[in-house]
Amino acid sequence: MVDNRPTPLDMISKLRSATPARIFLPRAGAALTTRATLDFQLAHAEARDAVEERLNAESLFGDMSSRGLKVVCVRSAARDRRSFLLRPDLGRRLDDESRERLKSAGGDYDLAFVIAEGLSARAIDRHAIPLLEKTLHSLDRTSWKIAPIILAEQGRVALGDDIGETLGARLVAVLIGERPGLSSPDSLGVYLTFAPRVGRTDAERNCLSNIRPQGLTYDEAARKLLYLCSEARRRQLTGVELKEEAETLASGQLRTIDEKES
Amino acid sequence: MYATTIRGTSYRFPDLKTLMAKATPLRSGDCLAGIAATSAAERVAAQMALADLPLSTFLNEALVPYEEDEVTRLILDSHDRNAFAPIASLTVGEFRDWLLSDAADEESLRALTFGLTSEMAAAVSKICRNQDLILIAAKRRVVTGFRNTLGLRGRLSSRIQPNHPTDDARGVLASAIDGLLLGNGDAVIGVNPASDSPEQCYELLRLLDDLRETLNIPTQSCVLAHVTTTLQLMARQAPVDLVFQSIGGTQAANSSFGVNLALLRESREAALALNRGTIGDNVMYFETGQGSALSANAHWNCDQQTLEARAYGVARMFDPLLINTVVGFIGPEYLFDGKQITRAALEDHFCGKLLGLPMGCDVCYTNHAEADQNDMDDLLTLLAVAGVNYVMGVPGADDVMLNYQSTSYHDVLAVRRMLDLAPAPEFAQWLADVGLTDTQGEMQRQAVPASFAPLLERA
Repeated sequence: MVDNRPTPLDMISKLRSATPARIFLPRAGAALTTRATLDFQLAHAEARDAVEERLNAESLFGDMSSRGLKVVCVRSAARDRRSFLLRPDLGRRLDDESRERLKSAGGDYDLAFVIAEGLSARAIDRHAIPLLEKTLHSLDRTSWKIAPIILAEQGRVALGDDIGETLGARLVAVLIGERPGLSSPDSLGVYLTFAPRVGRTDAERNCLSNIRPQGLTYDEAARKLLYLCSEARRRQLTGVELKEEAETLASGQLRTIDEKES
Repeated sequence: MYATTIRGTSYRFPDLKTLMAKATPLRSGDCLAGIAATSAAERVAAQMALADLPLSTFLNEALVPYEEDEVTRLILDSHDRNAFAPIASLTVGEFRDWLLSDAADEESLRALTFGLTSEMAAAVSKICRNQDLILIAAKRRVVTGFRNTLGLRGRLSSRIQPNHPTDDARGVLASAIDGLLLGNGDAVIGVNPASDSPEQCYELLRLLDDLRETLNIPTQSCVLAHVTTTLQLMARQAPVDLVFQSIGGTQAANSSFGVNLALLRESREAALALNRGTIGDNVMYFETGQGSALSANAHWNCDQQTLEARAYGVARMFDPLLINTVVGFIGPEYLFDGKQITRAALEDHFCGKLLGLPMGCDVCYTNHAEADQNDMDDLLTLLAVAGVNYVMGVPGADDVMLNYQSTSYHDVLAVRRMLDLAPAPEFAQWLADVGLTDTQGEMQRQAVPASFAPLLERA
């Protein structure tokens, strides 16, 4: 007589699809098999490469200009990748020349978008323009005065404070490459700050995280970002206080700042 | 003012915290704070001056003002002068020699515990080589209990860390079962929730408790939510075994985590009142890590390693079951590469053990640090030799929620085999009873015990 009942092993394999975690890996003795080891090495190599890559500002500038977007390029005070990694304070501050350039682009703006590579230029290359276009498309341009798009090299989240303050923007949205994970070297984050000025804390921002086709989709991210923007303007704030309501209404995925990229 | 002269060059250090900072082995966080030695020679000069300093200096000069910081008050007010007596006349350098000598054995180190302040432990660690940190720490075991006995000599425990990007119940369960099948999870089955919503945390607590009850595992579970969330859940009779909280080494750092000593006391009382432990009543679980105070601008210009040791001064007042330094999580601006991460982890483990804590370590790194899995292999082996109580078991070493790499279930197996270490005794017995290990205690291959079936059917 054949026993057709599923064995515990069968039942376990059904759970495999429930998580992206590296579960049920084969082992050789007490260690991983060759293939599983090399798969891990490859993922780490991709994440490392993503961290080292630099934003191709020139090509992105061209791409955005050809779509009719007005763009201003700036740099943070971090000169190279090493100082960007070791001196977060420099990545949060404009260099002097950029500050002057921004001043001349200053005006009376409701909202400024900043694009910064953060820790993954790859995330910007892949997801910044699609997300920006979806968001801009749905913004009512009669009631939202939008600043030129700011393309920032070697920027951290808080560079948006310096940029927003220098430009004279009431709200700043920083699209930034998040710290790459092994399974997500190209995750994009958006940090929204009302009344940006140097010295704002992370608790005063709202964050959308893990934006990429396998995570939070462009459509969803744009919808949530638009919601946050209008709520921020209506309530004249961003951060912890805005989060709670927004979370109920937008059902999850909204977080205040984690420590991924700040 | 502290000073030393080396071959005609004199080095001056205006106060104790400057001396401590400059004597600290090189790390990026102290450079970022602008307090590190400005040359390699100045660092050794500071170490020489520190070595000549009487230990009692730390009882008279606070690095963070007593009046303005409750952590300083806790450390100094809880200092036990009787326990300190045997080493009261020693300098920091003589104390290192004593720690290495046969006079410092398990018993005398235990007796010394509350005679040492955090700053004394930090100071002596700064003039120890890595080998000293391992050799001395290996003498001192710290044993705790809740549903099993952790920290015994010859044992290495692990936390199953079954995180999921959206807290999906089946996903968490899958990762946890994977860990159990590989003999992990005797320290705790502990999830970092992706969302801090109390509802979600409640669901996770029930999931883990159900897993433990169904399989009758002699271990404990934890959802690593903020202490205020856990307090709220305990009030609703959620199955909370352990109260988790991240802590730091200054009052201001703790403030940035949204906690203070009174809140920690309150949460411990609440967990004790639930009376869920079967063999022990260590109900707290802390995480720490060098650099957290600086990142919150709460560092009082003290070096990050001393502040980390001060976090242990906080932790030990709450008799935790578990405490681990999440050493490489904070990023390269605090610990730049594998070498700095390794050094920091050995210091943390050493200071924690001297101060009487059941130290574990999250042997880990982020993708923007100059480190890789080889560095983690090295560090894991060193810590296991030093007698670390527990490490993390993360599926494939890849945390898909927190986006960093730690040690895997397999790594735990490998180190146990290399150094002939076993899980906690009650847990080892359970592994044998359900058929996961053979008579030699080796993990069976392909074994999914029939007793897992009811749980799997529900999943």
